[in-house]
Amino acid sequence: MTAAALRIGLRSRRVLPGFGLTMGTTLTYVALVVLLPLAALLLKSAEIGPDGFLRLVTGERALAAFQVTLTAAAFATAFNAAYGLLMAWVLVRYEFAGKRILDALMDIPFALPTAVAGVALTALYAANGWFGQLFEMAGLKIVYTVTGVALAMAFTSAPFVVRTVQPVLESLQPDIEEASATLGAYPGVIFRRVIYPVIFPAHLTGCALAFARSLGEFGAVIFIAGNLPFKTEIVSLLVFIRLEEYDYAAASAIAVVLLATAFAVLLATNALQALAQRHARKG
Amino acid sequence: MKRIASLAAAFVLSVSPLAAQDKPVEILNASYDIARELFAQINPAFTATWKAKTGQTIEIKQSHGGSSRQARAILEGLQADVVTFNQVTDIDVLRDKGGYVARDWQRRFPNNASPYYSLPAFLVRKGNPKGIRDWSDLVRPDVQSVFPNPKTSGNARYTYLAAYAFALEQAQGDQARAQDFVKRLLANVPVFDTGGRAATTTFVERGIGDVLITFEAEVNGIRKEYGDKGFEIVVPSLSILAEFPVAVVDKVAGKRGTEATAKAYLDFLYSQAGQEILAENYNRVHHPAVIERHKGRFPAVRLVRVEEVFGGWDKVTAEHFAEGGILDKVFVKR
Amino acid sequence: MSDVASPPIAAHRSRAVPRLLIGLGVVLTLAFVAMPVAVIFAQALSKGLAVYRANVLAPDTLHAIYLTVVIAVVVVPVNMLFGLAAAWLITRFAFPGRKLLVTLIELPFSISPIVAGVIYLLLYGAQGLLGPFLEAHDIRIMFALPGMMLVTLFVTSPFVARELIPLMQVQGADQEEAAVTLGASGWQTFWRVTLPNIRWALLYGAVLCTARAIGEFGAVSVVSGNVRGETNTLPLHVELLYHDYNAVGAFAAATTLTLIALVTLVLKALLERRLERR
Repeated sequence: MTAAALRIGLRSRRVLPGFGLTMGTTLTYVALVVLLPLAALLLKSAEIGPDGFLRLVTGERALAAFQVTLTAAAFATAFNAAYGLLMAWVLVRYEFAGKRILDALMDIPFALPTAVAGVALTALYAANGWFGQLFEMAGLKIVYTVTGVALAMAFTSAPFVVRTVQPVLESLQPDIEEASATLGAYPGVIFRRVIYPVIFPAHLTGCALAFARSLGEFGAVIFIAGNLPFKTEIVSLLVFIRLEEYDYAAASAIAVVLLATAFAVLLATNALQALAQRHARKG
Repeated sequence: MKRIASLAAAFVLSVSPLAAQDKPVEILNASYDIARELFAQINPAFTATWKAKTGQTIEIKQSHGGSSRQARAILEGLQADVVTFNQVTDIDVLRDKGGYVARDWQRRFPNNASPYYSLPAFLVRKGNPKGIRDWSDLVRPDVQSVFPNPKTSGNARYTYLAAYAFALEQAQGDQARAQDFVKRLLANVPVFDTGGRAATTTFVERGIGDVLITFEAEVNGIRKEYGDKGFEIVVPSLSILAEFPVAVVDKVAGKRGTEATAKAYLDFLYSQAGQEILAENYNRVHHPAVIERHKGRFPAVRLVRVEEVFGGWDKVTAEHFAEGGILDKVFVKR
Repeated sequence: MSDVASPPIAAHRSRAVPRLLIGLGVVLTLAFVAMPVAVIFAQALSKGLAVYRANVLAPDTLHAIYLTVVIAVVVVPVNMLFGLAAAWLITRFAFPGRKLLVTLIELPFSISPIVAGVIYLLLYGAQGLLGPFLEAHDIRIMFALPGMMLVTLFVTSPFVARELIPLMQVQGADQEEAAVTLGASGWQTFWRVTLPNIRWALLYGAVLCTARAIGEFGAVSVVSGNVRGETNTLPLHVELLYHDYNAVGAFAAATTLTLIALVTLVLKALLERRLERR
């Protein structure tokens, strides 16, 4: 493949050097670090055979784990869709004291190691924690429930929506808005009709990224989830448990499903981005 | 670029052996989850004894986790010189999959290679509000029990077996009723952690459940550690003898040249000094003088053996813990 | 003030709405994002400064910090080189399969860390694909430092490339092509033309890569073996202490990671300002 690529490279008379070097380096690295381990996974799950594979990934407990993970990730993403949009809007459109600090705070979930986030969230929302006590009074349990799982996912994926919407919102030309405002349109209508359609692709991309991250989140979730099969057990944890039980076949089968999902979300995101770019170029 | 990459790779590959060579003698003890405090006391005592005897400085590293998990880690290449587990089957796995331990490992040390033993006991909240006295109380719908995942934790498997043995006796040997009993017990568990210590955290720190079932040693340790919370110990009418087998991992120790030290380390557990520390930590021991001194700590309890009730570990593994066994039926498929 | 200009009728609302939104944003962010950070410090210091110091300076914690730094020091430069090579390739040449390559480069970003650990275990573990070979040659990768570095390499591999590719795409190749046409060699062009243009983005990617390498938990926990004072990184050490009757110690160890995270944020903000200015 390298040789073929090189030949094509040579044919199209490039001015810049370094094609062979960078192609070689990149391909070697991708092959060794990404593709080889992935091949090991696929090989392992191929050993199981299609029937066995299906049985392993559609087992009661695995299905329950998928359901918990998808549900929690959906709620986390829904929260972040709203929260992220709000924060992007506030940070781009308004000036106020402490704005820079607020902006920097948005990145905490990415900078904070997930295990640390996990213990912190658990301490905060446990029945005897600062927030947990309040929720307890309202009759709401968070730690060791799906709500807790969703909370941890929402925390670790919070920056995605803000950080994808922010730049698009910043680059938005104010003239159309001003025009519509002069024509007497209400702010709500302007937002819905004029602004949102432009930031929609970015918003969707951000949500897709947040969703993908939530599906795979492990460190933050395991502390708060409580590892209760059929109720709060997430897919990543099930993979981990299967490994601890020496059940490599089940671990790799479930891992393949997680991987395929991640890949699908990533492809969809890239397609969305391409669409958004084409849209932007047209506009 | 490629040269840099290969240099980096060479560095990566060379770091760990180098680090190992720097230190004189170092052995790694892979142990079960809740033995953390125990070996934190055993290890300095042994290194001091060893230093006095041979003049050699050694360092003992610890790795703790569910004991089945630890066995898997060793099969995957964790370089443990000795194992101090809480279940015979987890050392058997090391023997069967690649001969990591000697075939006759249980005869290499006294008492079936178990320097101490314990039993699953109950820890209940202050004043025992739910009135928990015995296993039969744990299947009541209003009682929530906490213990780790029997799939990954030897500790939890003893709990499972003790409950099963109790139910079997109550039902005069009716297997179906015993299975139903453990099924109801497992259904009352709100959280399954992978190791014994995580279960303790769940019960103590997070206030989940009415009763924690774990080894007598841990139960007492918690009561001591959290004196202010007023936990109470309940010893059920019947429990199972939990052996804590030890073995030298010959395959690893042989390669690292640590066999003699590893053996001396495990021998130390049988010495009076070692047994004293074990008993201090509420483990039941075999040394007559130590037993005599700590008599007050260990209430009399009727203990059954796996061999008597279940026909040996091989049979238990095949019937109960193997994929699709009884545990899977009552635990996962509910 | 850059309030959205609003029609006269809604004038009385124009100030109320921003205030409401800002208030909502601030309150939500404080409760949702900032509080967990506060709780870490509160718990770590709950038994006083002396206990906190003792916890942070415990030998096992110090070793965990050391190990975490060693991993980052090896992983980050490797991924910077990879990111540079990949970005140069992707943005300066057109070749079939380019889109696929971009997807492959970004793939680790969306793979669950646990799955990342599993795939390396299936490759290098004693029961894995290369297990027998590695054992025959007495090379230890899993449950030792090399394995932990490899999985960290995997999960952090896209960070630098992801920052460089969009920037180099926007900048285009004109300057470099001019330099080459004028007789500069490839390396000269790279050092004198390309690198000055992308250095802040490169640094930015490195900062993100470092943060992730230091904080990685799931993937490393699969391949570490949790040997105290040997293969315990800082995030794993936090978990270990947490299950050690030592919640305060766990939070103390967590504060060191949190401080690193906060420093990262400051660096990131500074770099962003540099990038914006360009």
